[in-house]
Amino acid sequence: MNVPKVELRNVSKTFFGARRQIKALENVSLSVEPREFVTIIGPSGSGKSTLFNLIVGLLEPDTGDICIDGDVCQDRISRVGYMPQRDLLLPWRNVVDNVILPQEVLGTPHEIARKKAFELLPLFGLDEFADAYPFALSGGMRQRAALLRTILSEKEVMLLDEPFGALDALTRKELQDWLLGVWRKFNQTFIFITHDVEEALYLGDRVIVLSSRPGTVVHSLEVNLPRPRRQGMVALPEFGQQVSELLEKLGVSI
Amino acid sequence: MNDPSSSRTIDSALRQPEARSTPKVLRWSRDVTPPVLLMLFVLATWHVVSLRSGLSAFILPSPTQVLQAAWETRDLLGPAIGTTMIETVIGLIVAILLGIAFAAAMDFSSFLRRALYPILVTSQTVQILAIAPLLIIWFGFGLLPKVIIVVLVCFFPMAVSTADGLASADPDHVALLKTMGAKRSQIWRLVRLPSALPSFFSGLRIAVTYSVVGATIGEWVGGSAGLGLYMLRSKNALATDQVFVAIVITSALSIGLFALIYFLERALLPWYYSAQRTEHWEGTGIF
Ligand SMILES: Nc1ncnc2c1ncn2[C@@H]1O[C@H](COP(=O)(O)OP(=O)(O)O)[C@@H](O)[C@H]1O
Ligand SMILES: [Mg+2]
Repeated sequence: MNVPKVELRNVSKTFFGARRQIKALENVSLSVEPREFVTIIGPSGSGKSTLFNLIVGLLEPDTGDICIDGDVCQDRISRVGYMPQRDLLLPWRNVVDNVILPQEVLGTPHEIARKKAFELLPLFGLDEFADAYPFALSGGMRQRAALLRTILSEKEVMLLDEPFGALDALTRKELQDWLLGVWRKFNQTFIFITHDVEEALYLGDRVIVLSSRPGTVVHSLEVNLPRPRRQGMVALPEFGQQVSELLEKLGVSI
Repeated sequence: MNDPSSSRTIDSALRQPEARSTPKVLRWSRDVTPPVLLMLFVLATWHVVSLRSGLSAFILPSPTQVLQAAWETRDLLGPAIGTTMIETVIGLIVAILLGIAFAAAMDFSSFLRRALYPILVTSQTVQILAIAPLLIIWFGFGLLPKVIIVVLVCFFPMAVSTADGLASADPDHVALLKTMGAKRSQIWRLVRLPSALPSFFSGLRIAVTYSVVGATIGEWVGGSAGLGLYMLRSKNALATDQVFVAIVITSALSIGLFALIYFLERALLPWYYSAQRTEHWEGTGIF
């Protein structure tokens, strides 16, 4: 068996506030294989974003271990690409200068970084907007720019935190298909947070269900749908069955 | 979201913000017309009052008399303006550099912040009129004491606004850069400094409007040249029309500096001002 790309063992995290403490995650264990597309679903406040902050290394767990590639357990910072819930494009930089940011931080010469960016702009539907400032972009375009920035960090693991949460249903479906294309093309490992059951199933090889606070893994579902995915598959009976299964695990009565 | 047909429709609609907003010339005239009309009205009233009220030119000279006085003393005014502007600009540059240095120091450590903040506030509570003669005694009648006064007046708004600007950096932007492996110096250059620019320019706009007045106060108290001295001599000679000349020129210089900063700001921070201008249609449900 190969070494898991990302592995969490018995991870717990409590936040100590001014007056009260919040137990965000309790005893979370999960492992993600190389090139796997894992989706994580859970009610809001179940610690999903905290989980990502722990994996990237912005936070350290109170107990338990987090390892990348089996052996990088400390100093994980800058080992994975992170697309946070907000797009966080820098308002004073145009699209190209925003997406080359990770390369710039790593010290890649500007010309080389820009060349790479310009090669990928068409795939991300941003070629006409290279010089545009973020304020002039639509929500969908901002998300695509943020994703391109994450891809250009050239990490083997991509963490995406509800990237399509704020988009309308049609833009969202369009971007889902396009994201699967990106995943096939770049051979990266994706961990994708969503609070939408159908999105979790449609994108993932595996769906991990977190309970409400404190977040623990209550279920892990191997998605029973062929690749490549097609939007029509949502009409299949097995899709409906798995939706029911997930909703039940989330505590929604059906 | 009003037009759900596809993201592409939305994209192309968003691409021409200019096309949707008011044409530039119209917007400009809309901003400029009211103050110009008011100014003309005030000048006309002033003119009529000074002619019809029977007040002597010594009490209230008319606008044309003021103009005439300016023309007659033009040989004095040219060098005076030059001297005052040199003091102002040098003082401003020093105040900007010092303000940035203080702001950076306060941003760098909370110990320095606690140590420096009282000094900053104190620098503003010092009575300029009381300290100006002292500065003249210590540093003579030349350039230095005037520059120091300009620095004293301008340094506070520069330091405070720059410090606020640095502190206004979005912590999420900082965290994002950390996930990319950015060093502290990179976070400074790539996030904190750019975030501080709008606030820095607000402070600069305030500082330049104070700066000319600061320089003329220094000259009034003990100068061998400059608009302040011109003002003092005119007052002593009871040449009220020349006092008005000095007032108008001092204001004009301040307004000129303000306008310069205003346009510089708009040229250097297009992302900031265009974003503000488009905010009203950004909030229509597309985001
Ligand atoms: N930095 C923090 N300090 C204190 N509490 C936090 C912090 N980050 C998250 N929390 C708390 O932890 C819980 C989980 O938050 P989060 O991970 O953002 O949930 P989710 O992303 O699933 O909605 C929430 O109750 C939140 O208030
Ligand atoms: Mg979240």
